[in-house]
Amino acid sequence: MIDQSVDTQQKTISIQMGPSHPAMHGCVRLDCELDGEEIVATDVTIGYLHRAFEKMAERNTYNKVIPYTDRLNYVSPLINNVGYVMAVEKLLGVEVPPRCQYIRVIVSEISRVCDHLTCLGAGAMELAAFTVFLYAIEARDMLWEMIEYICGARLTTTYTRVGGLTHDLPPEFENQMRQFFPKIRELVKDIRWLLEKNRIFTDRLRGIGIVSSETLISYGVTGPVARAAGIKYDVRKTHPYLVYDQLEFDVPIGEHGDNLDRFLVRVEEIEQSLRIVEQAFAKLPDGAVSIDDPRIFLPAKEKVYNTIEGMVHHFKLIIDGPKTPPGEVYFPVEGANGELGFYIVSDGAGKPYRCRVRAPCFPALSALPEMIRGHMIADVIATFGMLNIILGELDR
Amino acid sequence: MGLETALGQNFFTTKLSEVIAWSRKWSLFQYPFVTACCGMEYMSVMCAQYDLARFGAEIPRFSPRQADLLWVVGTISHKQAPILRRVYDQMTEPKWVISFGVCASSGGFYDNYATVQGIDNIIPVDVFITGCPPRPEAVLDALIMLQHKIGRESIFTSPADVGYEE
Amino acid sequence: MLSERDAVVLLRDTFGPAVISDHEFRGDVTVFVHRTRIIDVLTFLRDDKRLLFDMLIDLTAVDYLHYEPETKAERFEVVYHLRSMATGARIRVKAPVPEDDCQVPSAVALYKIADWLEREVWDMMGIVFTGHPHLSRILMYEEFVGHPLRKDYPYNKEQPQYTIRERSTDRQPVWVR
Repeated sequence: MIDQSVDTQQKTISIQMGPSHPAMHGCVRLDCELDGEEIVATDVTIGYLHRAFEKMAERNTYNKVIPYTDRLNYVSPLINNVGYVMAVEKLLGVEVPPRCQYIRVIVSEISRVCDHLTCLGAGAMELAAFTVFLYAIEARDMLWEMIEYICGARLTTTYTRVGGLTHDLPPEFENQMRQFFPKIRELVKDIRWLLEKNRIFTDRLRGIGIVSSETLISYGVTGPVARAAGIKYDVRKTHPYLVYDQLEFDVPIGEHGDNLDRFLVRVEEIEQSLRIVEQAFAKLPDGAVSIDDPRIFLPAKEKVYNTIEGMVHHFKLIIDGPKTPPGEVYFPVEGANGELGFYIVSDGAGKPYRCRVRAPCFPALSALPEMIRGHMIADVIATFGMLNIILGELDR
Repeated sequence: MGLETALGQNFFTTKLSEVIAWSRKWSLFQYPFVTACCGMEYMSVMCAQYDLARFGAEIPRFSPRQADLLWVVGTISHKQAPILRRVYDQMTEPKWVISFGVCASSGGFYDNYATVQGIDNIIPVDVFITGCPPRPEAVLDALIMLQHKIGRESIFTSPADVGYEE
Repeated sequence: MLSERDAVVLLRDTFGPAVISDHEFRGDVTVFVHRTRIIDVLTFLRDDKRLLFDMLIDLTAVDYLHYEPETKAERFEVVYHLRSMATGARIRVKAPVPEDDCQVPSAVALYKIADWLEREVWDMMGIVFTGHPHLSRILMYEEFVGHPLRKDYPYNKEQPQYTIRERSTDRQPVWVR
């Protein structure tokens, strides 16, 4: 006899895609509730890489915080460096010389290409396209060689300083970089050829992970994820900083807002970033790369060793840091994942009183449960890969 | 194995030790426990330019049961520490640990409330690689160092007794 | 569409005494609002057809324990950064929060990202957001005691969950488990 009063509702299975998972880009924990194969609800746990950037920033002078900013979005460290020092320069109310602005644009765009290559490579590798990963990392290694030629480090660059840059671009940099452009374009072309018309790949990504634009705006999602959904927002165009208003580039906008559009938007942005770098090389002016104010930027070594004022300024800048007026600023730049903002509160000392990072992938990950509801576990891998979650900036 | 206690240390057993050590060191199955920025350098080491596969350590096995080399890549926070310990405990013998980067070796410059100041507080480590992040050549050097260490192991001693000797 | 300065004028007209003060520094417009009326202010800023601040860029808090600016009213201040997608205008809204009554109404109903951002402010600063569906720690683990980003929490006070040996330095681990 079947007891009609028994609750015959199907129970859900709970699966944990734990912190140590190959597709979780480090350590994010997803507790998924499945109804059969479909995901009903997800609980996302983050914080496994919380390294207390904001607490460390309160202990160090403005220039000493820059190495910590490298490790925020560690695939595009130069964008973090540039964003942070521009926020401090906004607080000081100074503007850097034009050559410095062009160089900052060049290195930001090189970093953006590195980030997109890593996202595409890692995302494709998780969908079993391992060759694409090898091609993308080969292209990225070429760019890292160039970044190493500029600042001495492949990943943790710390190239900018408050008021300028550590040093000028090395000689022959432009020529060497121009040799790499065709090779990188060739590798990106190979990646597109392998994936764009590939039925297996596009079927995995097409139509998955769609959320309406209003929901994305309510979540505060910006960057390629938002642009793939049709939201026309790029900080470089809307609130131009440095010399982006003098350079010509397009911002690719998608239609459907699914994973395939996010992939295509990123591939197209690589080409646009290379275009920006070429234009910047053509327009690069001569001149100083740092402002001449010894209260903000270190004076030249001849002055430091030969004059009392130079030595005192050097000493004060290293020990106390550049003194900023009391107040607070927020400065947004276009990070590889969206609007990267630094909110700095200053109490008049040479250290930030409070330094807050607005991480662009934080809203994207908080929108993930809505993106994967109704899809299957395999779609989680694809969606997660295309959101480009970088733990350094997510957990700070 | 009871064979060597019965036969003692002679040509047969030492050669057997050498063969076993040789086969272990040239077929390391890795578990990349990747958390942070060092993971990017790890990706570079794995890929075409600084190929890790030529040392036999090609395939990442993302299951502790199937891996014998645990690469702890990146900063370990106190929230992540029990997970690392659990993964290490689940690995079967023989197992080795490489601590990749200064954050894993000593906490790096994250001397704060959230970071474990060195994973040797949690698990025993065989080789430490310093660098933030270490250059791929340093990683390959560390792997070769570990291979020398494994090569000196014998079936008589436990892996923990093999010290540094170069 | 209106600029940020006009938005401030509109706020003062609509809310009167709830707006404590406002100022502009380096091009950023900041408005100080009473925390009891913060939800009404945010709703007005989001829904008013002339303003349309529909994106909550950031929600954070500052601990003013060691610093006394002129505008300081209480120990904490919750800071909301808003942006209008239609006009591109940005505005910063701040609400002072006293230490002994550390509560602010939650903005979850207005912006979906406020869910996680408020959890982070609770985790790091200890400010309670009333009406939040599940205010729990997000960056630290649940067993952690204290709120680390407050100025009176020492930067290197670790609370290890697991360790196999004591350290030889004078830093004493606090055993939690």
